[in-house]
Amino acid sequence: MHILLVLLKKEFTQILRNRFLLLIMFQMPVIQLLILPLAATYEMKNISMSVVDKDHSSYSAKLIDKFTASGYFKLNSYADSYEKALESIEDNTSDLIIEIPENFERTLIREKKADILINANAIDGTKAGLSSSYAASIIADFNKDIRETLLQPGKLNPAPRISITYSNWFNPTLHYPTYMVPGILVTLLSLVGGFMAALNIVSEKEKGTIEQINVTPVKKTTFIVSKIIPFWIIGMIIFTLGLLISRFVYHIYPVGTYGTLYIFAMAYMIAFLGLGLLISTYSDNQQQAMFIAFFFLIIFILLSGEFTPITSMPDWAQKMTKLNPLSYFVEVMRLVMLKGSSFRDVLTQFLTICGFGVVLNTWAVLNYKKTS
Amino acid sequence: MKQFFSFIQKEFYHIFRDPRSLLLLLLMPVALMVIFGFAVTNEIKNNKLAIMDLSRDEASRKLINRFSASPYFDLSVLVPESASLETIFHKNKAAMVMVIPAHFNEDLMASHATTLQLLADGSDPNTANSLINYASAIIGDYQQEEFPETASAFQIVPITRMLYNPELKSAFFFVPGVMGLILMLISAMMTSVSIVREKELGTMEVLLVSPLKPFMIVLAKAVPYLLIALVNVLTIIALSVWVLGLPIRGNFALLLGESTLFILSCLSLGLLISTAAQSQQIAMLISLLGLMLPTMMLSGFIFPIENMPMPLQVISNIVPAKWYIRTIKAIMLKGLGLGAVWKENAILLGMTLFFLAVSIKRFKIRLQ
Amino acid sequence: MNNKVIQTENLTKTFGDFTAVNTISFDVYEGEIFGFLGANGAGKTTAMRMLSGLSTPSSGKASVAGFDVYRQTESIKKNIGYMSQKFSLYEDLTIRENIELFGGIYGLRGRLLQEKKMALLKNLELEDDQMKLVSSIPLGWKQKLAFSIAILHEPRVVFLDEPTGGVDPITRRKFWDLIYAAAAKGITVFVTTHYMDEAEYCNRVSIMVDGKIEALDSPDRLKITHAAGSMDEVFQQLARRAVRKAD
Repeated sequence: MHILLVLLKKEFTQILRNRFLLLIMFQMPVIQLLILPLAATYEMKNISMSVVDKDHSSYSAKLIDKFTASGYFKLNSYADSYEKALESIEDNTSDLIIEIPENFERTLIREKKADILINANAIDGTKAGLSSSYAASIIADFNKDIRETLLQPGKLNPAPRISITYSNWFNPTLHYPTYMVPGILVTLLSLVGGFMAALNIVSEKEKGTIEQINVTPVKKTTFIVSKIIPFWIIGMIIFTLGLLISRFVYHIYPVGTYGTLYIFAMAYMIAFLGLGLLISTYSDNQQQAMFIAFFFLIIFILLSGEFTPITSMPDWAQKMTKLNPLSYFVEVMRLVMLKGSSFRDVLTQFLTICGFGVVLNTWAVLNYKKTS
Repeated sequence: MKQFFSFIQKEFYHIFRDPRSLLLLLLMPVALMVIFGFAVTNEIKNNKLAIMDLSRDEASRKLINRFSASPYFDLSVLVPESASLETIFHKNKAAMVMVIPAHFNEDLMASHATTLQLLADGSDPNTANSLINYASAIIGDYQQEEFPETASAFQIVPITRMLYNPELKSAFFFVPGVMGLILMLISAMMTSVSIVREKELGTMEVLLVSPLKPFMIVLAKAVPYLLIALVNVLTIIALSVWVLGLPIRGNFALLLGESTLFILSCLSLGLLISTAAQSQQIAMLISLLGLMLPTMMLSGFIFPIENMPMPLQVISNIVPAKWYIRTIKAIMLKGLGLGAVWKENAILLGMTLFFLAVSIKRFKIRLQ
Repeated sequence: MNNKVIQTENLTKTFGDFTAVNTISFDVYEGEIFGFLGANGAGKTTAMRMLSGLSTPSSGKASVAGFDVYRQTESIKKNIGYMSQKFSLYEDLTIRENIELFGGIYGLRGRLLQEKKMALLKNLELEDDQMKLVSSIPLGWKQKLAFSIAILHEPRVVFLDEPTGGVDPITRRKFWDLIYAAAAKGITVFVTTHYMDEAEYCNRVSIMVDGKIEALDSPDRLKITHAAGSMDEVFQQLARRAVRKAD
């Protein structure tokens, strides 16, 4: 115990002395948490469209008005030809071309049926799919409008109508940052904690000071614990800063309790630092440690459900997320902060993370060799 | 010049002596391509739907069948009336709950009106929004096909064409982003770290007393990483063409040229970081923590830039990967030529020169 | 004087096909200054690492301070001090913090640690500089400080791996004064060096060539048996036979 205190004093002295590093460790997560969640929105507004109106009739004008009035579309330009309009797609100024053919109005009234052409830039497939389905529902509305104006009411058969009421629980305004903040906080925490712990032991290997420790009677476990505690504390401070930002900047008031969040964060940090230390015991120098950590982190982040839904992944990828500590923390943060899940609700995830912690840290201690 | 090459050779020795890191460097793009090509998609599908059927008649059964046939929903549970919807959401048992009212069939037939209730887990706004849209469409289809009289008399039929990507594969969107991310991180990180490493180990002093100009020494350190990054570009392109089925519609040589330009700008950014960092840890923190998330989130890689609030759209202009991703989309997927991307090229070139100028200046100051 | 502190018998270390240390056998007695000589790559450091518990031997027997190098490495570590050519003090800690760190690791605490620390600082005349970072002090100081810290807990043996590399002869001479003082206190000193003038300061020296011990005796007697005027000549005669290249 006394030796642990001596080692901890050393770690803290070193960390606090390296002001620049300390500054970056706190500053970068804060700045990124202030900026990045705002960038994370899939919400489609202002789909920019270019219109080729070859009919110039009152119906074509009304249809275009209907599009711009919907709130989803904004008119970028009128073009004389499809080729001209395509140029605006090529230089990214519009996303969609609506082409209204000649004699559109006449055909519609005579034959009760007319076509219009929609060309969407589909490189972003999701966006193209969504914009064409918005377009389809606007056109369906428009169809109903003409029917109601052209035909006398009452002539229609009374048909059964199913009306739908819907409500969005937990985030009624569908505010996107509310969903992203917890996930980004987890990522930043993992980046700082995981990397710094991984690099720390390796940097002692590189400088040779670890040899001086290995030749003393310090126990492996004591040494590793002395490496974990400081970064654990740093991680908890970053976590606290993150919660403060989400409360006072993003106005996210956790529906669940802060207690649940902290208990989970504490266990998570231990598990993730264990991973960092494990990586460091397998690396000879900082460059190597950084690579391995980077490799795992980027895969963890992408497969965490933070940016893209886990449910949309194929089976094998969903199974992989079970081995990803990040995915549990992201899920739990959202459950607790946004939906108010209690500690009991997330007990399974908590125990899993504890399991990760035990395995990773034990493995790190076993693999750390004082004698080669 | 001969000395310059021997320095490059020395850098290669360093890299080859550590096969594990080299392997990871070369494997990273492969892993990411597999993840993006097959695992990660921003489509919404297989979401768990819980149904509270208070009617249990033929009409409700038919409606439920339609939901279970849809790829968007995984019918997970039929919940009894007494179930707590809170708990269902708290344990992530469902993303949406549909409540079918009692006497569904009867009401439809007799009074021609009934109301279905959709309750979505709005904590994920994107999914919630899409699910409600999908569900409404399924209900609309059901209505139209079961009770066809409601069909409209006038019909404007949209004929939709998906340009460049008719099958709407999400790989089209992600591949350029993966290229931008990988090249950015590998080039900037590797250069900055390997330079700072020599500073830290004291070997930089030894190099600096050699007859080669200091800046050439630093340049020599960047050359191997340029080559590794180019190998990465080729790997990514090969995988995206042969495994993910992406086309190369534009000129292949131009594509490589543009990638080289981008790699150069990343390498010079790495150089700049190395002049600011005193230790490898700091270099890594800046190049990873500082570059990873912003490159992922502000370059248009995952989130479309045009959806962002205005200030962020402005900030996104300083992210080099944004311009590269636009270039790749234009050349590789739209099949355009150099004329279409001159602006992007000018910006990347400008950034490269700026990074280089600042690092040379800082480098000189440090040597004095 | 006849207590054996280090005993080795056919101690061997191989790395794959390469035999770094080849069946060496020798004893070191309590209070002795034992010089461990050899060209670069002869196997000195590997042998020393085995004795200090940093590396497990491939075969052979050895004990240090009565503890076995295979099974009792942690007990060995309590009874030795170690200083390597890289003087592994923490450069980003001050002189004082380094003393407190390593003192604390060996279980020194409270009043005892304070007294020892003050004595050490006084002995090295570093009282006014104790708040300086180790990275900012000259190499010669670092070496003396590292040595003093290595014997702060009064180990039975101290292992010194080329402790005086890179400094001038006067600084080296002062360093050896510290070694004599430690030996006088009963600490056994096991030192590797390739400075032959330093070999003359040892009670006994062994000379390693290609992983084997080729000679072991007091400097005076070695000079007689090899009909040489200085240790340097003795060394040259033996080292010339080396096949292995220095690294």
